Amino acid sequence: MLSLVIFLPLLGAALLAVPRLGGRTAVWIWIATSAADLALVTIMWDGYTGGIGYETRLRWIPSVGAGYHVGVDGMSLPLIALTALLFLLCAVYSLKESRRPRSYAALFLFLQTVAQGLFAALDLLLFFVFFDLSIVGMYFVIAGWGHGERGRSALKFFLYTFLGSLALLLGLIGLYLGSHPRTFDMVDLTAAPPDAGGLVLLAIGIGLAVKTPTVPFHTWLPPAHTDAPAAGSAILAGILLKMGAYGFARIAMPMLPGAWQRYAWVVIVAGVVSVLYGALVALAQDNLKRLIAYTSVNHMGYIVLAFGAAGLAAGDARARELAVSGAVTQMVSHGLVTGALFLLAGVLWDRVGSYDIRRLGGIAGTAPRLTAMTVVAAFASLGLPGLSGFIAEFQIFTGVIGTGLVGAVVAAALSVAGILITAALMLRVLQKAFLGPPGELTVSDVRPYETAAVVPLLALSLAIGLAPRWLLDLIEPVSATIVSLVSR
Amino acid sequence: MTENPLDLMPELLILGGAVTGLLVGLFTPRPRQQIVAWICAAALVASVMAAAVAALRPDTMAFEAFAVDLLTHATRAAVAVATLLVVVLAARWARGNSREAEVYVLLLLSALGTVALAGAADLLVLVAAYLLASIPTYALAAFAKDGPGTEAGLKYYLMGAFLGVVMLAGVTLLYGLTGGTAYEHVARNLPGSPAAGIAVLLLLAGVFFKAGCVPAHFWVPDVTEGSTRAVAAFVTTVPKIGAFVALLRLASEVFAGSETGWRPLLAIVATATMTLGNLAAFYQDNVRRLLAYSTISQAGYLLVPVAVAGRTDLAEPALLFYVAAYAITNLGAFAVVIAAGTDSLAGYAGLARRSPRLALALVVCLLGLVGTPPTAVFVGKLLVFAAAWDGGLAWLAVVAVLNTVASLFYYLRWIRPLFQHGERSRIPEGGASWIAYLTAALSLVLGIASGLLQAIA
Repeated sequence: MLSLVIFLPLLGAALLAVPRLGGRTAVWIWIATSAADLALVTIMWDGYTGGIGYETRLRWIPSVGAGYHVGVDGMSLPLIALTALLFLLCAVYSLKESRRPRSYAALFLFLQTVAQGLFAALDLLLFFVFFDLSIVGMYFVIAGWGHGERGRSALKFFLYTFLGSLALLLGLIGLYLGSHPRTFDMVDLTAAPPDAGGLVLLAIGIGLAVKTPTVPFHTWLPPAHTDAPAAGSAILAGILLKMGAYGFARIAMPMLPGAWQRYAWVVIVAGVVSVLYGALVALAQDNLKRLIAYTSVNHMGYIVLAFGAAGLAAGDARARELAVSGAVTQMVSHGLVTGALFLLAGVLWDRVGSYDIRRLGGIAGTAPRLTAMTVVAAFASLGLPGLSGFIAEFQIFTGVIGTGLVGAVVAAALSVAGILITAALMLRVLQKAFLGPPGELTVSDVRPYETAAVVPLLALSLAIGLAPRWLLDLIEPVSATIVSLVSR
Repeated sequence: MTENPLDLMPELLILGGAVTGLLVGLFTPRPRQQIVAWICAAALVASVMAAAVAALRPDTMAFEAFAVDLLTHATRAAVAVATLLVVVLAARWARGNSREAEVYVLLLLSALGTVALAGAADLLVLVAAYLLASIPTYALAAFAKDGPGTEAGLKYYLMGAFLGVVMLAGVTLLYGLTGGTAYEHVARNLPGSPAAGIAVLLLLAGVFFKAGCVPAHFWVPDVTEGSTRAVAAFVTTVPKIGAFVALLRLASEVFAGSETGWRPLLAIVATATMTLGNLAAFYQDNVRRLLAYSTISQAGYLLVPVAVAGRTDLAEPALLFYVAAYAITNLGAFAVVIAAGTDSLAGYAGLARRSPRLALALVVCLLGLVGTPPTAVFVGKLLVFAAAWDGGLAWLAVVAVLNTVASLFYYLRWIRPLFQHGERSRIPEGGASWIAYLTAALSLVLGIASGLLQAIA
């Protein structure tokens, strides 16, 4: 079942290789495949009963103890569902894509398989295979369908994240060499943490920090986002960034508990710096897409902060669990909200070919529905109660402060400033571009398929914000497990 | 220890194919010389099968000078398959040549020398194999009788002859120091003196030449660019297989117990080779020169498991898997060059439109050379990194990683133009295109099914 979910999109991509297929047909095949995949994920969610579900374990490279081992738990299932949903909505959004739609659809379906495979992987090598392939896929999306200096941005993206992924590979090899008996299996490695110390954590940390991205490894992100097509940006921010954060919770924390505890403060500082730096730089942007990109750095910073706090063995365990479940919620919430924001930015680019806030103005007058959606997305992004961002960030802050350590309280207090700055910059965008006097460029309103692509994301964000229990019931047991594992 | 010629069946089959091919070629009119290609191909196929059968039998030592073990079996299979692919790649070019039969015969003889290089368990056999592997390639490099080819051939020959003599001096010195030339004997009696260190260095010089390692790499770019494309594919692929297996055998069977400083030497040469190869490849606008420098950098990665031979169990699988994966992938890249028929980077603009399948094959092969999963080279690289770390040379793994990232840059320089606007005429499909598809697919299959392959080995 799970393997079918993972590889169904790839089958769809193979279907697209049929000769003489029209562009529109290709996009419809894409939508149908993604919809089928989402349906399967929904069935899977419904049938999930706790622990590691839908597990498959096959031998792959037995000589190094690597296997095809997949399964889902309370952390990976929401992310797989998010992946399925966001890819489907990107397909809907790309309904009118005119540039080589067939290859475009095939690439996205490939990326969907890669992303879902990564979140389901329970083998380090399998995880790495998907981690690396996500870079390859996204490179072609940016280089082939981007705009502006797409070649340069794509190259920078590839080189930078490839360096990260190879650092990660070294770290994974370190885990492998430290384990007894030697294995790449995540479940076995989690059960018996390998003899590996700070250097292995450093390699893994750099690898995942590049992907997350955490300051100072974030410099590839703004150009990649700015020059990527809207759907590519949405996937990059919504799904691919989660791979780094997910890796911290899945690999670094449970497998290197000692080192994680020792360097927890480093992680916390990196998180706080990302939060503040991301927010401040975003405040200074006039390019809407760069701005959203930097808020991603800010939002992912909260996750890093929470994971760092989880490693404070001296802190209260309940509070740390709260922080971790907030971080996982934040992954889902950020995927929904930033996905929506990037798709909306894509609508702007489609209409006026610019992301420059200074040249826009009074969009509310000409495009009320676009404005309404952007307002909701912006409020969700800044963490307004009633939307998913609030649930996530509230848990993170309560958890971090609840550890009862002075340093953690200071870190949380500093990070709260990040929310204030985000609020300021989002309101600034709304005021300048959407309200106020008409600008130099006129924006027409969203088309039905664009609405159809964005509204589900916002609705889900609202659903999580108003009634989060259905999601938290899934996440909380995993958070407790992660905290108990990292406290060993 | 046996003296049964049947232990050398795969080698004898290649030799038989070469000799039969030569004789048939002598008596066949020019338009019908293609039969020689079929004879040679059949000999190679038979050789692979014989190697597979031989692999089922226990390891042995033939004539006290030729080891028949996993290393040899793997080399036999890899060399024969790679040579077979080159025979197909060379077919179109050889067809119009006045000495068609000789092309195949020379390819087979060099392949035979390569296998002997890998199997040699005696220094004198090693020298003989070196000559057998080298001399036919000198002729092949200059086969087209044009300016660049002749220059390449001459350079290749001068360097090979010089380093061959150096190698022979090393063998002489080792004989003087230990009183024998059999690997086993040398290993037991090798002293830790400076003289032994010098002897090892001299001996390695020749093998470095075949492997294309710094500082014996100067012939690589010139031969790759100057000789015919199919020959370039051959000399950058096949002799390397034998050279690296020979290096591993020397390291693990002869040097391992001695303190001659060979480990740091190999580690430094590995670093220099991969770094220099990568840096030189950066701004090449001729894809053959680009591939030439890429093969130099790949040689650097291949030296890593040799440097940790004897210290970790991963060294042998790492080297064997990497060298086989590299051979397939590199041949794939050359097959695309032959099929596309152009050497300039600009000539690849628009290839994705002209022949989508060929472009896809090229992307797979180039990303394969980078070591992107799930291609075969990825598994090779993984094993190489793990071997380096496990063998106590973690810094070398870090160097290899940094070089891998750097190498991405020039491979991407080749990938980017594929999707730009360029010439629109379609590329006709020929043997080379099919080899490109086949090797690209093989590179993926080898990566995904690597477990199966290793289970067999």
